[in-house]
Amino acid sequence: MIPGQPVDTGSRRPGFGTYRKEGKAYSTTLGLRISKGNYVDILPLSGKYVPFSGDDVIGTVTDMTSSNWLMDINSPYPGVLHASESPWRVEFGATAKYLELGDNVTARILSVDDSKHVQLTMRDQSLRKLRGGHVVSIPYAKVPRVIGKSGSMIDMLKRYSGCKMLVGKNGKIWLDGEVENIVALAKAIRMIDEGAHTHGLTDRVRDYLEKTFPAANE
Amino acid sequence: MSYGDLMSMDLPEGLKLIDEEGKRLDGRRADELRPIKIEAGVLRRADGSAYVEMGKNKILAAVYGPRECHPRHLQDPTRAIVQCHYNMLSFSVDDRKRPGPDRRSVEISKIVGEALEYSIFLEQFPRTSIDVYIAVLQANAGTRCAGLTAASVAVADAGIPMRDLIPACAAGKVADTVVLDLNKEEDNFGDADVPLAYIPRTGEILLLQMDGHLTQAEFDRAIELAKGGCTTIYGLQQDALRRRYAFAGGDAQESEQEAGGNEA
Repeated sequence: MIPGQPVDTGSRRPGFGTYRKEGKAYSTTLGLRISKGNYVDILPLSGKYVPFSGDDVIGTVTDMTSSNWLMDINSPYPGVLHASESPWRVEFGATAKYLELGDNVTARILSVDDSKHVQLTMRDQSLRKLRGGHVVSIPYAKVPRVIGKSGSMIDMLKRYSGCKMLVGKNGKIWLDGEVENIVALAKAIRMIDEGAHTHGLTDRVRDYLEKTFPAANE
Repeated sequence: MSYGDLMSMDLPEGLKLIDEEGKRLDGRRADELRPIKIEAGVLRRADGSAYVEMGKNKILAAVYGPRECHPRHLQDPTRAIVQCHYNMLSFSVDDRKRPGPDRRSVEISKIVGEALEYSIFLEQFPRTSIDVYIAVLQANAGTRCAGLTAASVAVADAGIPMRDLIPACAAGKVADTVVLDLNKEEDNFGDADVPLAYIPRTGEILLLQMDGHLTQAEFDRAIELAKGGCTTIYGLQQDALRRRYAFAGGDAQESEQEAGGNEA
């Protein structure tokens, strides 16, 4: 779909990525039409991540104050992680003891207000500081492609490369393992990014992985 | 080109802008556009980009954002702002264009930016800025229209939600005839130039200027011609965006199926 193109919704209601005018629905974004439940949504092919409460994201520390860290979450808005929302007992002014500039963490979006001020939290068992490894970014719209149907793509990537891999909703991906494997895996992710909208993507990625990691071939 | 330059140059003796058969200098009829080529997604580093050739015009547009707004005092807590920069490169015209912003480019940046503002859903991205850069690589009259045509494709390519694409083209009066899409000679030696941005689906006019004099009837005819031109360009803009995502064996329509059950 192309911005301004009429969306044929049938009996469903126009959903995400559409707008209504004079009773008709039109697309707002360059994307693909998908029908889900009662709604017809436009799945964008590109665009910036807009934080949504409850999303699990990967953030990189860009700035800190006595009681806050500012995180780059691959969106136009920085995420604020307050010391009280971290998994540690942080003394006032001792933020740098726990997370330094450039450190990566997994965090959850706690709240987003009307003017898009973003609060993050790390107060959950699954959320932690990411030690070592490497973070790559892809457009958030392509995250479902990296994960694949019920996790098929991400399972394949992990199995062949032997790397640990975490994908944030915001399009940041953390990779950890042997350096050569990380580099090869990052290439595979770039492939998915470039071919996200095409057919036979999984097969092409498998071919590439088989060539690159012959040892992992069961 | 300034007014002074225009006056110092004359149309060569005996050269007619429109000949007896109604053909123009470049062989077009009065209601014909110059050949147009539009390509989307030509720059890797930009969030969205487009390249437009309209006759001898060559224009590149790049869009960044929505991103954090700098300078900070310009940011609006309720909506995004559009910062448009129209720039003619020094080699884009016959005699070297002095680089940097001038009165003309500031004006064009403003009107093109305002046309885009109308189309983009700004309220979805409070406190941010959408930066649009239009680089004129080669100019041959009608660059503001070609620039807006390119910019709106680039905005769509960046995945920014918008009401519609914005096509634009000019009409004007040359040798007592109202013609579509003036080229440089016609612009310099003609009587009037009317650039227009128009959304065919809704009939909305987002940009309208007039340089020179027209009667009411001529003006109406010029608008009618320019609207027709915009409708053609609109189709080319859509094609450019479709082509962007229809390569390597799968077109966008087919992969719709795949997208259905793929949510993780």
